[in-house]
Amino acid sequence: MIERPETAVPSIAQRNLEGYVGFANLPNQVYRKSVKRGFEFTLMVVGESGLGKSTLINSLFLTDLYSKDYPGPSQRIKKTVQVEQSKVLIKEGGVQLTLTIVDTPGFGDAVDNSNCWQPVINYIDSKCEDFLNAESRVNRRSMPDNRVHCCLYFIAPSGHGLKPLDIEFMKRLHDKVNVIPLIAKADTLTPEECQLFKKQIMKEIQEHKIKIYEFPDTEDDEDNKLIRKVKEKMPLAVVGSNVVVEVNGKKVRGRQYPWGVAEEGIFVENGEHCDFTVLRNMLIRTHMQDLKDVTNNVHYENYRSKKLAAVTCNGVDTSKTKGQLTKSPLAQMEEERREHVMKMKKMEAEMEQVFEMKVKEKKQKLKDSEAELERRHEQMKKNLEAQYKELEEKRRVFEEEKVNWEAQQRILEQQKLDASKTMEKNKKKGKIF
Amino acid sequence: MKSEDDFRNVGEGVRAVPLAGHVGFDSMPDQLVNKSVNRGFCFNILCVGETGLGKSTLMDTLFNTKFEGEPTQHNQPGVTLKSNTYELQESNVRLKLTVVNTVGFGDQINKEDSYKSIVEFIDTQFEAYLQEELKIKRTLHSYHDTRIHACLYFIAPTGHSLKSLDLVTMKKLDSKVNIVPIVAKSDAISKSELAKFKIKITSELVSNGVQIYQFPTDDESVAEINSTMNSHLPFAVVGSTEEVKIGNKMVKARQYPWGTVQVENENHCDFVKLREMLIRVNMEDLREQTHTRHYELYRRCKLEEMGFKDTDPDSKPFSLQETYEAKRNEFMGELQKKEEEMRQMFVQRVKEKEAELKEAEKELHEKFDRLKKLHQDEKKKLEEKKKSLDDEVNMFKQKKTAAELLLNQAQQAGVVLSTHRSSFHVWLFSHGGFDALWLHLINLKAITKLF
Repeated sequence: MIERPETAVPSIAQRNLEGYVGFANLPNQVYRKSVKRGFEFTLMVVGESGLGKSTLINSLFLTDLYSKDYPGPSQRIKKTVQVEQSKVLIKEGGVQLTLTIVDTPGFGDAVDNSNCWQPVINYIDSKCEDFLNAESRVNRRSMPDNRVHCCLYFIAPSGHGLKPLDIEFMKRLHDKVNVIPLIAKADTLTPEECQLFKKQIMKEIQEHKIKIYEFPDTEDDEDNKLIRKVKEKMPLAVVGSNVVVEVNGKKVRGRQYPWGVAEEGIFVENGEHCDFTVLRNMLIRTHMQDLKDVTNNVHYENYRSKKLAAVTCNGVDTSKTKGQLTKSPLAQMEEERREHVMKMKKMEAEMEQVFEMKVKEKKQKLKDSEAELERRHEQMKKNLEAQYKELEEKRRVFEEEKVNWEAQQRILEQQKLDASKTMEKNKKKGKIF
Repeated sequence: MKSEDDFRNVGEGVRAVPLAGHVGFDSMPDQLVNKSVNRGFCFNILCVGETGLGKSTLMDTLFNTKFEGEPTQHNQPGVTLKSNTYELQESNVRLKLTVVNTVGFGDQINKEDSYKSIVEFIDTQFEAYLQEELKIKRTLHSYHDTRIHACLYFIAPTGHSLKSLDLVTMKKLDSKVNIVPIVAKSDAISKSELAKFKIKITSELVSNGVQIYQFPTDDESVAEINSTMNSHLPFAVVGSTEEVKIGNKMVKARQYPWGTVQVENENHCDFVKLREMLIRVNMEDLREQTHTRHYELYRRCKLEEMGFKDTDPDSKPFSLQETYEAKRNEFMGELQKKEEEMRQMFVQRVKEKEAELKEAEKELHEKFDRLKKLHQDEKKKLEEKKKSLDDEVNMFKQKKTAAELLLNQAQQAGVVLSTHRSSFHVWLFSHGGFDALWLHLINLKAITKLF
């Protein structure tokens, strides 16, 4: 793989512009393109039935998401927790929004509610997995973002505190999705009760270390003032209404009681009636994009890194996992490959060494035995040669003796011959015989 | 950074519903824009062109500032790329601009490999991004994107046609980066020549299949201006950082004895058009094209090269996990195989060597067996010689002792002769032979003389 060159991390110098350049228009370009693309948002609502979830959705988006033709899940009786999604396309001011509402009918309605959060978790994870697979394909085309961007959790207005189910659910989901707790049907609480209830809830949330979605500060001081005000009001207490009633000559959305109308839509300065408008403002008008960003940069990345770590750390001891998480699995494989190559080289070198040594040994042995045999051969040769010499000497001596004796014999022979001649003479003279 | 907002598909099963009032999500684009402005923008330009065509000057003119760098000499041995990053700000928009210059382009005698370092540089930036994207723990939203968003290709103002170096280089780059060709130092060409030049260039590019960047015409708000500008490509530009007083204003211009070329005068050159198109209208599109087209192509090729596929043989889509696991298993299998192979090779070698050495040993033994045999033959011969010598010695001894015996007997017989003459030579002849007799007789004579 190509290594990053040094020029990729340059030192950055400041420069002042001496005239018009034009990139101040970039935001407009971004604006234009985003409008053309359109937007997506997925909102999940979780809570026991009868807490006014469907009503709230309709109110929030000022539309009949759930109507006679498309009845909300609460109208249907469920035995187990279901996860249902409805997609609608809404347009406003030239901006298109594809809104997905995910409802969880049956949540908390059973007698035994253990694991009723599991289908919710499964849904969220499966959407993340879809995105992960789409992102990891070789041929990437359109990657629709169906991940859950926000989860509104409805708390029943008991006035006391969080139920164990509430705590359990939020603890399990705060790492997977942006959780915004709401107090549902707030018109059953007086303002003082509401205040107390809110304080209690926040206390319990902090006790259990539940991480709910935090509205981030902006650079605008005005906005920051509002944000701080909102943070004090958390969790928001809401009243939803599909009905328009008349109050003081004005048409408002609200709930009509014999003792008055609990308004929903008007934003009174001190937010007297309820926090609904605050909710709509924060959720839709100012922080929708941030919810998506946090989902993408935090929750999804968590999911992804967990998933990939599980894949690549298969069979590898945990002491090494920390360092490996900063590399892509492919880079990791590359490194393993390199390590292996080195290991092989070392092994090869070792084997070579052993081999050479053994060969040398054997050769040496062979040489030694050859030398030994040579030596013996030499010795035998010498021995033979000595014997030969000895023999030669003996023969010589013998020859000499023989020659001498034969010379002697010859002299004797001569004498004999002479003697026989004289004897013949004597014979003739009659001396002998 | 760009992530889930890039690709989108409004699928089926979506119904449009009317709104009963103002909800407020029409602020979404503003929200998005605000976030982008807060984060700051980033843009990377690559300038490719021969030395002396005014690349650095044009950058300075375009961005109204003085960037680094001295003019380079013509004696570079190869093409190197120098990149510098600057932080610019215009009203509330912050831009991290990276300007990459090709140093030494077109100066060598053999220019065959000139394009290689440029392609390598572009690929390196893609690779860095790909690596970041593939990490397990990644930080894409704060990643400093170094991918080249636009490549300004400087064409020398010859007035005739493109050089073959230009065609070759642009052909190699058109699938990797957005190419915006410009005619550099165009104040050297007259108006009529320029028109012909532009037509020639465009037709050469088309006939060679070079895909240059086209300003997008799919967005109604900019479609018209973009399509008009498309017809003016390639832009003929003049760059200058010097100012000349025209009327009562100071304008950027180049002063000649015969007149002054004003950079920002649209009658004089296309500089303003370039600035409009490159920066003011289509900067974001250039970035988007780089990410969705050029980078995706690089990524696809790279992954395919490494053996990743989207579907298994049964055309069921792979999940990422399966893919990685499969890859890993394959990889481990490969490593093990290599190890085995090496081991086998060694075993083989050992066997061979053993056989060799055994052969040598056998030979040695044979050799010495032969020598031994030789020895034994020699020894035998020696023995035989010894024996024959011994035999001779024995025979000689026998002869000697026989002769002495005869002599002794002759002496004894001399004493007997005086008493038994007649039977003497009968006795003599039967005991010792003629020689013995004569010897004897000589002695006898000696004895008779004594009598």
